[in-house]
Amino acid sequence: MVDSNGLSIHDRPNSYIGRSVPRPNLSRLLKGRGSYADDVKLPRMVHVAFLRSPLAHADIVKIETDKASSASGVIAVYNGKDLAKVCSPWVGVVTHLEGMRSPPQNLLAVDRVRWQGEPVVAVVAQTRALAEDAIELIEVKYKELPLAVDMKTALDDDTEVIHKEYENNLCWERNVNAGDVDAAFAEADVIVEEEFQFGRHTGVTLESRSIVADYDPGEEMLTLYQSTQAPHMKQALFAKHLELDEHKIRIICRDVGGAFGLKAHAYGDEFATAAISKILGRPVKFVADRMESFLADIHARDHVVKGKIGVSKAGKILAIEIDDLTGIGPYSVYPRSSGMEVNQICNLTGGPYKFDNYRARGRVVFQNKPPMCQYRAVGHPIAITVTEGLVEMAASAIDMESIEMRKLNMVADDDYPNKTVSGIPLENLSHQASTDKLMEMVNYKEIRDEQKKLRKEGIYRGVGFAALIEVTNPGPAFYGVGGAPISAQDGCSVKLDAKGNLIVGTSITEQGQGAESVISQVVATAVGITPDKIKVISGDTENTPYGGGTWASRGTGIGGEAAAKAGKVIRDNVLDVAGILLQSEPNTLDIQNNQVVNKSDGAERMSVAEISRVVYYRGDTLPKDFQAEMMAVQHYFPKSYPFAFTNSVHCCHLEVDVNTGFIKLLKHWAVEDCGTVINPQNVDDQVRGGVVQGIGGALYEECIYNEQGQLLNGNLADYLVPMAVELPDIVVGHVESKTFESDLGAKGAGEAGTAGAPAAIMNALNDALMPFDVRLTRQPFTPQKVLEALGKL
Amino acid sequence: MSKFVQVTTTVNGENVSRSVEPRTNLVDFVRYDLELTGSHVGCEHGVCGACTIRLNGEIVRGCLVLAAQADGGVVETIEGLSESGKISDLQDSFLTRNAGQCGSCTPGMLLTADSLLEENKAPTRTEIREYISGNYCRCTGFEAIVDAIEMTSKKRRGGS
Repeated sequence: MVDSNGLSIHDRPNSYIGRSVPRPNLSRLLKGRGSYADDVKLPRMVHVAFLRSPLAHADIVKIETDKASSASGVIAVYNGKDLAKVCSPWVGVVTHLEGMRSPPQNLLAVDRVRWQGEPVVAVVAQTRALAEDAIELIEVKYKELPLAVDMKTALDDDTEVIHKEYENNLCWERNVNAGDVDAAFAEADVIVEEEFQFGRHTGVTLESRSIVADYDPGEEMLTLYQSTQAPHMKQALFAKHLELDEHKIRIICRDVGGAFGLKAHAYGDEFATAAISKILGRPVKFVADRMESFLADIHARDHVVKGKIGVSKAGKILAIEIDDLTGIGPYSVYPRSSGMEVNQICNLTGGPYKFDNYRARGRVVFQNKPPMCQYRAVGHPIAITVTEGLVEMAASAIDMESIEMRKLNMVADDDYPNKTVSGIPLENLSHQASTDKLMEMVNYKEIRDEQKKLRKEGIYRGVGFAALIEVTNPGPAFYGVGGAPISAQDGCSVKLDAKGNLIVGTSITEQGQGAESVISQVVATAVGITPDKIKVISGDTENTPYGGGTWASRGTGIGGEAAAKAGKVIRDNVLDVAGILLQSEPNTLDIQNNQVVNKSDGAERMSVAEISRVVYYRGDTLPKDFQAEMMAVQHYFPKSYPFAFTNSVHCCHLEVDVNTGFIKLLKHWAVEDCGTVINPQNVDDQVRGGVVQGIGGALYEECIYNEQGQLLNGNLADYLVPMAVELPDIVVGHVESKTFESDLGAKGAGEAGTAGAPAAIMNALNDALMPFDVRLTRQPFTPQKVLEALGKL
Repeated sequence: MSKFVQVTTTVNGENVSRSVEPRTNLVDFVRYDLELTGSHVGCEHGVCGACTIRLNGEIVRGCLVLAAQADGGVVETIEGLSESGKISDLQDSFLTRNAGQCGSCTPGMLLTADSLLEENKAPTRTEIREYISGNYCRCTGFEAIVDAIEMTSKKRRGGS
């Protein structure tokens, strides 16, 4: 959106774009004044707790709840059949992932349980503790069934088929075939193959999933205080399955204690809470405790990928082939589906590089484990680890510096727009500039010299790289075309109050990333009002425009652009009034620091607050044929490209203790190109936080299951997450290649850290262990796996 | 035996007396009985540090201490420490350095950081990382928190 004089938002005076303004909502959180769903306390509120299946696959023979029903403080007890009468089952399939299938899923198990942790009975009581006491009094008789736990055997003929309506445990398969892969491999001087594994881990948001459902039978109105990332999506889903009018559902999510994708899905226990509130006509609270979070939150990753790369002697990539298998639990998760990760892996593998021949097969299988679905950087860590692992091995095979091989094969910065080998359009990326910048930041030669020296002393250090592309700013092609009620557009409302302040409503949500800060900075810049006079409202379906929310690195790029557009309308509208009052042409005026000024010399003419006063209180002084409009709503979604791809390149430096197998991260560097940077400090911390989640998956985090489908480490003491002491300082650099789709030019920045870190760590680890001629490719890289590789265990 | 126990304590300078179930832990007591919701519950098994509360001058895990153990004691929560201004410099540093994202760990992290700076006026970055290693943060990657604590330590020692 460029002015008549050719200026865009980047030419605004006193711009807040590119400035590390402190986040306006952080002060409140620092004083313990946050308002999370569990902080909500309503009159007559009761609490629900769930009896969850102790078995991974069994028929429910009998549920005996009489003792629980008469226990102290208990108000009601419901089983799956009871709640199925109030809330219809759902199917977690999106139609654009052709051929995908998944059966209807009930809120609570009906007749059969299919994973350990599946909710079976809901107990409502005066307090959570009393509800849990009553759960102890419930007797469920199960008949155990054969299991399909291991995804590797899930498709075997003799494996139990989980859903009797299907002939096997396949949920979905995707195949990609570009160029002539067989001919290219035949032509290749060197072919390298490897199998990569990615452990099953989970989100572990510090604030667990939480909801307070408050149904008012008088108004037939359901108000939900929910920790979620997508309020309007949730509104649509609750309306559909509880058979309520959509406009009589209000989702309020004020503070959300971390989300990372896991709060963008439908969960049976949360819908059960709403269903129970509808039955009882009073508020009901459910907050997942940590133990049940491990069993009931979506899990992530869990892939095994066979990869193959063919290169020429000179280092040109000729072909890549992958075969990915993932286990997603017994159901594809509603409404986004559990096929997206495989879809992404098929799309993203080989992403930074120019080559013509690519074959991918991705298979998604059902198994008796908790449902797996989208978690930060969906598919990226897998595609990138496979690609960059293969590139590293190929470079080693032809005795070339891997960073040189990457540079040789990268799509050139002046060769955009372009397409990936699988046909995904790429608008404007900067692999070369980003890699050059990274190499300026990393003291590579010194690290190599030191590595040589230290090896002689028995100290093994390694350095590894990873280049990547990342999907951000998804349009309707992501979910909407597949029939899911997930908006790809976002909106922003800007209202000038009677004192010259701005009340801004955004449909993107805040989970700590700084969404409200971004919106505030963009509106401040677009209008010419200082951020201290701007109040941003998010996370309330009744008080914000309709939109998608915050996921898939879309908030800034899509919601931010809507804010820029709405701000511009308000500026124009204010200047129309100013033109009348000042008897000047509006296009000779501007707004800076809350004042209407001359564009020519910046001289202050009148305050915006004075315009507010006149408009709201003294409209009689304005011409009769003029009506001032001091509120504007604008919406936006990207139209030319289905996604805005970003790029990033990482470097990891680490040390391996070959006696204990412990890996110490020494330093991590990441150069990120997310287009326009609105708040540099926020973006850097998004990258850092993302890198640390990538470190978690690469080194520590894994949901460990036995053959019976029992989680062995489902608590925060046994499931390891990265803590401060294990982590290095993380150095972040930027290149800014704007997307030309929007005036703002911003792409997403939330996921590239998680996307790239595991691959860089794996390559650094294998570099460190080069003298021992071993290679580790199964994440997480625990001390045990290191010692096993070294033959010491 | 009575089903309830009486807990009489000073919370953020106010005298408080409540009858609670013996099993009520300290963080549930402050959150649900006293409506001081700034202290958070993250794991309920003493690992994450979100429920860090000050009891008789020492930081404790609010999920591992019973409310009854605070009887006759002095309890301080994020609300009290904020209102008294005791940790305002730490809060300023956290704000400037963006050392909190979702805010779940933040109150516990601030109390832990304050305790560190009382014990050690000039901690190294490694010492900061070690001291806060019982407080789980999923968002920041911890570096901003380490920076903010280091900034505060320098300010308290009269540096810039």
